[in-house]
Amino acid sequence: MPTDVERWKSETYGNEIREHLYEFAEEGWESIPDDEHDAWFERFKWWGLYHQRTGQESYFMMRIGTPNGVLEPGQTEVVAEVAEEYATGPAENPEFGNGYVDWTTRQSIQLHWIKLEDIPEIFDKLDAAGLSTQQACGDSWRNIVGCPVAGKDNHEHVDALPVAKGLNETYKGHEDHTNLPRKWKVSVTGCREGCGQGDINDLAFEPATAVRNGEELKGFNIRVGGGLARNEPRIARDLDVFVDSEEAIEVGGALSALFRDHGDREDRFSARMKFLVDEMGAEAIRELLQEEYVDFELDHAGEDLRSEYSYNAGRANGGHADHVGVHEQKDGTYYVGLNVLVGRMGAADTRELARLADKYGSGEVRVTQRQNILITDVSEADLDALLGEPLLADYSPDPSPFMRGSVACTGTEFCSLSIVETKNRQVRYARWLKENIDLPSGVEDFHIHLSGCTASCAQPQIADISLRGMKTRKNGEAVEALDVGLGGGLGEHPRFADWVAQRVPADEVPGAIANLLAGFEDRREGEETFREFVERTDEETLADLVVPEETDYDDPYMHNTKLTWYPYAEADGMDEGPAPTDRDGVSLADD
Amino acid sequence: MSHSLRTLDDGAWVSVDDRREAGASELWRVRSVCDCVVGDLLVEGVVDVGVDGRAVTARVAGRCLTCDRETVTGHLPVGRVVEGSYRPLATGAVRAPPNVE
Repeated sequence: MPTDVERWKSETYGNEIREHLYEFAEEGWESIPDDEHDAWFERFKWWGLYHQRTGQESYFMMRIGTPNGVLEPGQTEVVAEVAEEYATGPAENPEFGNGYVDWTTRQSIQLHWIKLEDIPEIFDKLDAAGLSTQQACGDSWRNIVGCPVAGKDNHEHVDALPVAKGLNETYKGHEDHTNLPRKWKVSVTGCREGCGQGDINDLAFEPATAVRNGEELKGFNIRVGGGLARNEPRIARDLDVFVDSEEAIEVGGALSALFRDHGDREDRFSARMKFLVDEMGAEAIRELLQEEYVDFELDHAGEDLRSEYSYNAGRANGGHADHVGVHEQKDGTYYVGLNVLVGRMGAADTRELARLADKYGSGEVRVTQRQNILITDVSEADLDALLGEPLLADYSPDPSPFMRGSVACTGTEFCSLSIVETKNRQVRYARWLKENIDLPSGVEDFHIHLSGCTASCAQPQIADISLRGMKTRKNGEAVEALDVGLGGGLGEHPRFADWVAQRVPADEVPGAIANLLAGFEDRREGEETFREFVERTDEETLADLVVPEETDYDDPYMHNTKLTWYPYAEADGMDEGPAPTDRDGVSLADD
Repeated sequence: MSHSLRTLDDGAWVSVDDRREAGASELWRVRSVCDCVVGDLLVEGVVDVGVDGRAVTARVAGRCLTCDRETVTGHLPVGRVVEGSYRPLATGAVRAPPNVE
């Protein structure tokens, strides 16, 4: 029996949702029939809109998809303008104020507190700038990710940007690929470091070389069925297919069609591509692809570059683990990677970022999968002046490893699924660790990812220290807590973190990390990385090293933040917020 | 009078008549779900919903904070329909599958 979501999608889905959105916007929040809320909010996702969680009714999160993380000249300023004008809510966040931009782990942009009534105006501004929220959420092609310096990287194997853009232009809005059984996440990587993180995507194009007609040809191997969510993480499986840049567009669509036709539409929990690959096996998928979805003979996989992968890998193999810092591009100019702690930047800072990109670079800004941003195309002569700009004191190209390595999801501030507060907490963790802990000498990359739940939006399984939202009881009271995992990372042989400690009260996590790092330093052999140390250490020993401890770290979010309408409001009770509100933000309860 | 009942946002909520009534991150006191006499279950996601007479039920994925067992439960009550309106179970109520005394 089809699910409600499938029924709603079969009635209205895809591009046509926009017309309905405009009608509802015109008539106002209350014009959405009460008994159609679930259906419309599910459909709105296709246009990048998520209804915020309980206590925040009538407010939406808006996601803007920026293929491969590229913001063309002029677009960053528009994002700042939209955030400033429309993404302000009824209460302030104590760390970030009101009106901010979230750079996400899928190289997208998220804005919060968006009013339904403002959507036509926002869409007009985005359209005029060439930006879009189309398919940023929902069951279809999501924002395509890749190495954020594709086309500019000094050492890249193949320029993947035309492929990412080609896939985006071909399949965004394409009627045949509008309604898939579930989300469809695609990564295209052309660099040697593996910055596209293909292994955790439904479909991954990875750099490779094949021999065709006696000639070496650069292109991509294909992997399918990766993903992290729901306590069911999978590394993408090798499909044994090589494609050139042109074929990649066609085969990408063929695989999307195969998923559309064969994915599970009766159980959303089993609908992702990873489960189809589990069920059929990569070999059978390749056969089906060849027989029914492509009309040319598929090449077998070429020689890959996986042994060189360093991005988010926990290895010191000479490659870079992120894009923070100053790096030369292949055209002789530079990109400057700025650390955005937990990916959140105030609207005014985003406007300043746009100004700096215009002044010192080409105006282009790029987003990375570690929630950071890059100013590209900076001439050598302008580097010092850019590095001296005040904005770079807050978003440093040379931050503490604890700042640099921090990634956090949205958390209970806005998200329905999250169990704990995340972004503000991770900011506080990073500051405390920076002030109190020294990493062992030579350790420059140390990644801590905090995800509020098993949906894994902060990609916790592939960090040195993985933190995942939980609860526990402390002194009889239910408090926010975190499971602690260790030693995850990508690279040639990806490895998911071992969950060695459960339900550590959130205020004891910094102490636990400090104790763990002291244990690492004591037992470290030579110059080994943390991941290497974890890999050679048995789980029991590792668990013994994670000793939760109260310190002078103070956590203001220990209470059940999900039971508040907004965790940072002075009067934060679920009934004390203004939602739902009308187009001017006035509580409808006051009517 | 009929009522609509479903899981929402991929397991984040139990939706009753298009209202988000129960969901992920709640702590439920439970019986016959784990080895505890009364367990302290953290709901991590709603797997399925159902009805049993006038009771609205849900199967949830979660973990007991007392014994640490991770489990997908049988149908546990989340509320009931009284005089045509949905009423949630009291926060501290002990929940057990309908066939458990």
